[in-house]
Amino acid sequence: MRSIAEHDLGTPPPAETGRVAPPHATQVTLAIDGREVTVPEGTSVMRAAALAGVAIPKLCATDQLQAFGSCRLCLVQVEGRKGFPASCTTPVAAGMKVCTQNDELARLRRGVMELYISDHPLDCLTCPANGHCELQDMAGAVGLREVRYGYQGANHLDAPRDASNPYFTFDASKCIVCSRCVRACDEQQGTLALTISGRGFASAVAASQADTFLDSECVSCGACVQACPTATLSEKSLIQKGQAEHSVVTTCAYCGVGCSFRAEMRGEDVVRMVPDADGMANHGHSCVKGRFAIGYASHPDRITTPMVRGSTSEPWREVGWDEAIAYAAGELRRIQARHGRDSIGAITSSRCTNEEVYVMQKLVRAGFGNNNVDTCARVCHSPTGYGLKETLGESAGTQAFDSVMASDVIVVIGANPTDAHPVFASQMKRRLRQGAKLVVVDPRRIDLVRTPHVQATHHLQLRPGTNVALANSLAHVVVTEGLVREAFVRERCEPAAFAAWRAFVADARNSPEAMEQVTGVPAAEVRGAARLYATAGNAAIYYGLGVTEHSQGSTMVMAIANLAMATGNIGREGVGVNPLRGQNNVQGSCDMGSFPHEFPGYRHVSDAATRALFERHWQVPLLAEPGLRIPNMFEEALEGGFKGLYVQGEDIAQSDPDTQHVVAALQAMECVIVQDLFLNETAKHAHVFLPGSSFLEKDGTFTNAERRISRVRRVMQPRAGLADWEVTQRLARALGMAMDYHHPAEIMDEIAMLTPTFSGVSYDALDRLGSIQWPCNASHPGGTPTMHVDAFVRGKGRFLVTEYVPTSERVNARFPLILTTGRILSQYNVGAQTRRTGNVAWHGEDRLEIHPHDAGERGVAEGDWVGVHSRSGETVLRAHLTTRVQAGVVYTTFHFPESGANVITTENSDWATNCPEYKVTAVQVVRVTEPSAWQRRHAQLDRQQRDLLPAGATRVPRP
Amino acid sequence: MSVADLVRMANDIGRFFEAEPDRSVAVAAIASHLRRFWDPRMRQRLLEHVRTRGAASVAGSGEGEAGVASGAGGDGLLPLVHEAVLSL
Repeated sequence: MRSIAEHDLGTPPPAETGRVAPPHATQVTLAIDGREVTVPEGTSVMRAAALAGVAIPKLCATDQLQAFGSCRLCLVQVEGRKGFPASCTTPVAAGMKVCTQNDELARLRRGVMELYISDHPLDCLTCPANGHCELQDMAGAVGLREVRYGYQGANHLDAPRDASNPYFTFDASKCIVCSRCVRACDEQQGTLALTISGRGFASAVAASQADTFLDSECVSCGACVQACPTATLSEKSLIQKGQAEHSVVTTCAYCGVGCSFRAEMRGEDVVRMVPDADGMANHGHSCVKGRFAIGYASHPDRITTPMVRGSTSEPWREVGWDEAIAYAAGELRRIQARHGRDSIGAITSSRCTNEEVYVMQKLVRAGFGNNNVDTCARVCHSPTGYGLKETLGESAGTQAFDSVMASDVIVVIGANPTDAHPVFASQMKRRLRQGAKLVVVDPRRIDLVRTPHVQATHHLQLRPGTNVALANSLAHVVVTEGLVREAFVRERCEPAAFAAWRAFVADARNSPEAMEQVTGVPAAEVRGAARLYATAGNAAIYYGLGVTEHSQGSTMVMAIANLAMATGNIGREGVGVNPLRGQNNVQGSCDMGSFPHEFPGYRHVSDAATRALFERHWQVPLLAEPGLRIPNMFEEALEGGFKGLYVQGEDIAQSDPDTQHVVAALQAMECVIVQDLFLNETAKHAHVFLPGSSFLEKDGTFTNAERRISRVRRVMQPRAGLADWEVTQRLARALGMAMDYHHPAEIMDEIAMLTPTFSGVSYDALDRLGSIQWPCNASHPGGTPTMHVDAFVRGKGRFLVTEYVPTSERVNARFPLILTTGRILSQYNVGAQTRRTGNVAWHGEDRLEIHPHDAGERGVAEGDWVGVHSRSGETVLRAHLTTRVQAGVVYTTFHFPESGANVITTENSDWATNCPEYKVTAVQVVRVTEPSAWQRRHAQLDRQQRDLLPAGATRVPRP
Repeated sequence: MSVADLVRMANDIGRFFEAEPDRSVAVAAIASHLRRFWDPRMRQRLLEHVRTRGAASVAGSGEGEAGVASGAGGDGLLPLVHEAVLSL
């Protein structure tokens, strides 16, 4: 069922090869029912009519999908033409005269509807689609008054109902076989899980080979549910709650795609989330997380009362906000008095809004009086910020998502978009189905390598940790085979740096043949991929944490920027360097000055002019020296110099590497303040718990991976009474700061005033434009979809020499396998949200992917418990045998705390940013029969800490 | 923060800038990186370490295996990094 707030124009705009606006199309004028209408050439008669305010009856047509012409309800008559063409498949023509309604058309439509209704249950009053059913509407529109055929005879009224999916039902008895669901799965999602099986009267929608929806290839994106004109595919929440009465446009709080949604509401109750057709990042599409997995926001595990305790072995004491804030402020000041100004710090959250992050860093810089503020981007995309700033001049991706529709070659490096950025992956797959070529650089055979109608031209299946070696050999081919875009480089880049780089990569030691031993990738494949990237037209690189989370993460980001500059693939649509950001607001949290060395807008704290600007506005002196990064805070805590930490919306005890090390650091602190929705792993070591608010409970903005700032709108009151920014503001005031925002809009106004790249951003502008891609200022009032168009932000692009330096984390006899980690579609990061939803139906535990050869050598069979040891620790998981991983490489996800994936990861980190080397850990795997010692301790701690919660604070039964 | 960690991290930085052919540029770049991204406490501790241990023999460096680079001096630091730290 379509959103209650959207008007369906029947067919998409013309010439829409993807989502890129067509070039200025010729305008065509025609007459519809005597009204003159002017529309772009290629528009359907149905759409032209809808734009003119004439609603032609329809069932199989929707403007989210290409016209299909099967329902025969949208027939019209065209003067001078024979018969009754379907208006959805008939393009407009100049001077055309269309009649949408006369006696003959009415008779034909009633006949069609009569047939539909003769095989449809007449339970409208108790049907979940009641009030918003297109079949019902059309029966009314065509004036259906009788069904002459009766309801006896063959029919589908007893067809079974499939409720296997946790979020929606498939009631085949209500199906009219319009194929909208099948087309949505094909065109929008690109999974092609649905089909029409059988022919004629026996036609029926089937998932995969007539499996249940849950067992089929269906990825539960919900596009089919949204496309369904009847109640055949219905959200279970809609069935349970009834039709929404209003809707609010807001932004998803899961991944960095940042989909726009309409929260469809009854009062303060969310009936369902429907992706917004006007959303520029998602164009009406969504994934299983954003659309369906929001149950965490109302989960009984939510803690909604502030709590304090003197030590982590004491029971939590529920207190009011005032007492909790006063206690936290008192502790922070006490620690500073005793251990010095620099002994406390804070961690901002990439799940919180820009405004909340801004207030947090302001609290630290102006209130704590130091620069000890960092954010979870430290452990994911900090190398992106550093590497792109050094080469191109700005710490962000260069394109809009829509740019991919103009790409001829798409290179995906160390990213798994179909799992981690599914909505963008659907757009990418759409472009690939149109014929763009694909190169995948990944140690695993990710789904994108071969998926329906998509096949990578090259899969460079490198060994984990050898990214830079591979990138250098790609560059070697570009330089030595004369594929450099010389004119571009001459005009746009620093000549001396380019010359140094050219000489470096041209060296024989960087040739694909020489590097083959290192990367394990056949030289011919590398040469083929490099030629394709450099010569096939518009080539775009998309990359993820498989690039950044390495000891050479920053080097690899620079190597990617080098490749793009050398081949001229930057500064226009279809090309660019595109980091796929992990969390909803990881771009924003970096933009907002979360790093210990940078003010908002990536301006270094040592920059006197910027510092003076903030000092003037904040009325306090600010430090010119960088503060501690997250791993530095831990180290300093263990040394005794860091004693107080305020963590907002990040679970460092689960997400950061070397868990036992992190926990020891937390235990060495005197006051840990956790602000979160749940008693997360970090909160088990906390002294103050401040209840957080979900994205549904507050106003603000998120900034996605394409620099798009979108509004987050409050649809219900905060469960604990305060939005997160209000909590931080109260703490700031308790520390003596003059902070008095009444609404996040005022915080954004301050950001805009103090940050040149945001100077044109305001809530009014966002309401007017829908969303804005920064930079947004006087020269780019509508924002900037493509960066570095005429010149690089830093002036001339800078090539940097990227020598391959092998990680010190190497396999040996004791640890002969390399462990690498990643995410899965249905779960999200530490799983705090998704584990508390129906998504566990797809992924109820983390498993260790192991190649059958490695498994065989160890006597490990599918589903066996295996111990995974590294030099940091040991954990136990169940094994999954698969050839997706190469022999010698094992892989796991880290969505469940008891898996302890980060017990095994090490302290190794990116040289420039200290981003942890999650992607390479040398391990041994052995068959075991019981949990690891860490897991037994963790289970015990979990029990103890739950016991320390006040009665009723959480109603979830103890495990 | 332990000196071993600081040495390891500083050497990681040094290995990137080793590719720079002009030694003085490399030293300046390492020093600049440390100044721009390291908390002053970390820089100070590393500097003290270099001043006290810089002259000691390699065998006596006492750092963990991961931290010591081949060709490292008595303080466990790559020569370039050693020089850069002294310029802080």
